[in-house]
Amino acid sequence: MREVAILGVGMTRFGELWDSSFREIGIQAGLSALVDSKLSSQDLNALYLGNMASGTLLEQEHIAPLLMDYAGLAGHHLPAIRIEAGGASGAVALHQGYLAVASGKYDFVVVGGAEKMTDVPDVAANRILGGTADQEWESVFGATLPGLWALMARRHMHDFGTTREQLASVPVQAHEMASKNPNAHYRNKITLEQVLHAGPVAEPLGVFDCAPLSDGAAAVVLGPAERARKFTDIPVRIAASEMATDTLALQHRSSITRLDATVVAAKRAFAHAGKSPKDVQVAEIHDAYSISALLALEDLGFETKGHAGAAFADGTYGIGGRTTVNPSGGLKAQGQPFGAVGVAQVVELVRQLRGLSEARQVAGATLALSHDVGGTGATSVVHLLERMN
Amino acid sequence: MTTVARYWRETPRRYNLGGCRCPTCRTVFFPPRSVCPACVTHRRSFGKMEPFQLSGDGEVFSYSIVHDAAEGFEMQVPYVLALVKTPEGPTLTGQVVDVAPDQIRIGLRVHATFRKLREEGRAGVIHYGYKFAPVSEPLAGTGTAESASPAQAPGERGRVRA
Ligand SMILES: [Zn+2]
Repeated sequence: MREVAILGVGMTRFGELWDSSFREIGIQAGLSALVDSKLSSQDLNALYLGNMASGTLLEQEHIAPLLMDYAGLAGHHLPAIRIEAGGASGAVALHQGYLAVASGKYDFVVVGGAEKMTDVPDVAANRILGGTADQEWESVFGATLPGLWALMARRHMHDFGTTREQLASVPVQAHEMASKNPNAHYRNKITLEQVLHAGPVAEPLGVFDCAPLSDGAAAVVLGPAERARKFTDIPVRIAASEMATDTLALQHRSSITRLDATVVAAKRAFAHAGKSPKDVQVAEIHDAYSISALLALEDLGFETKGHAGAAFADGTYGIGGRTTVNPSGGLKAQGQPFGAVGVAQVVELVRQLRGLSEARQVAGATLALSHDVGGTGATSVVHLLERMN
Repeated sequence: MTTVARYWRETPRRYNLGGCRCPTCRTVFFPPRSVCPACVTHRRSFGKMEPFQLSGDGEVFSYSIVHDAAEGFEMQVPYVLALVKTPEGPTLTGQVVDVAPDQIRIGLRVHATFRKLREEGRAGVIHYGYKFAPVSEPLAGTGTAESASPAQAPGERGRVRA
């Protein structure tokens, strides 16, 4: 296996992109990543596309060749592969693109993620989201995705004394970060009081504990690390790309206050890279719900079990903290276009490692971590990214 | 559109809490599975899993009061969604009914009851199945520790889960 580098990144704004179609946002992200990399499309070998639900959201399947076509590349007859893993689709696409380049089969690939959530009403989008949990044994019995995460939150509060205020500190920081991100869905700051008094969705989670449904797309260009400097001034090496899975239904897990898929993916990633959480200066983690971020910090190894709530509320993970978490604003405030999330996390981190993140730059970042989750944790993906010197 | 068969197929399990048990390690599963994930040699269990009836007893392991309803549940908001841990081993997802929102708590003892689950879904089918209702005498303790779990049936090695 050879070393793989990220040569270029690009993304659209996240939000309710009424004026843009799925194919438009997909192409915008992909072409901007190609331009950023200075790679000629003649050199491209394949596309890996993360997408959760184009079939139910848009009644359009077979979208990987569709995007190749509208990018003007149909005549190259390249492999174009769609990957679905719920909300982790983009991160799994990156894993696949990484493997393709690492194996030597392909030299240069585009990894994209795209989702158009707002072409259907919210009720339909939420039903589709429920499909990332177990339709037969969860959804039929009244479970929603926020409801299932609420079960984890309630038990975490019960077992470890995590408080409602600690949970609420997660979206407050997310909005603070996103206020400096021009691509973010929400750029308004919010207060702890607003989070606590927002309408309930699935108690203990309220409206501000839940990430929005967004449109958006993101893309990265991958290539062999030894040729990276030809295409970019500051290449970023993929130091680890690991994924793990677990039972689809929450009810079958050995614990609901821990995502074993995250624990395993993180252990594999840190072992592969020869690093530990204390080496990471900046991370983009899955915060679809406030509790998701706290579980992630514990399961990734940044905090011991039960301690993430207090640490987060203390500002440990803000700008200037020992590890800055979700400088983009995360899924909560940068936005949640499901299939695009895992790729957008990496776009943010590459810009951080290049030192190009302006107002939200984490000073001197050299090692970054991305973490994405599908459903209630049946898929978890961890990437470690390192600035090449 | 979904056909009626998709829902009719699961009817016996949803109506009667019919699970299965591994003949080798005796672990109980709900819903039933074709292969035992608890056995090291799990492939040997394929095709040999035995039907096993859950008692319907359980206690609330975690809960949420849902305000933003799942499709077909809009008329029921707010409703209590819970994970219910059974004495036989499996944990089930379901609503807890006949309980005031301020009465629901972790450790509450419940029993399965047969109810209409949701109004017409996309297939025009009304779904029936189990929900849970509190049993009369409350259990002492909070259900945090395994010791507060309902007793396991004699001869059962119910798997400790969730
Ligand atoms: Zn077994």
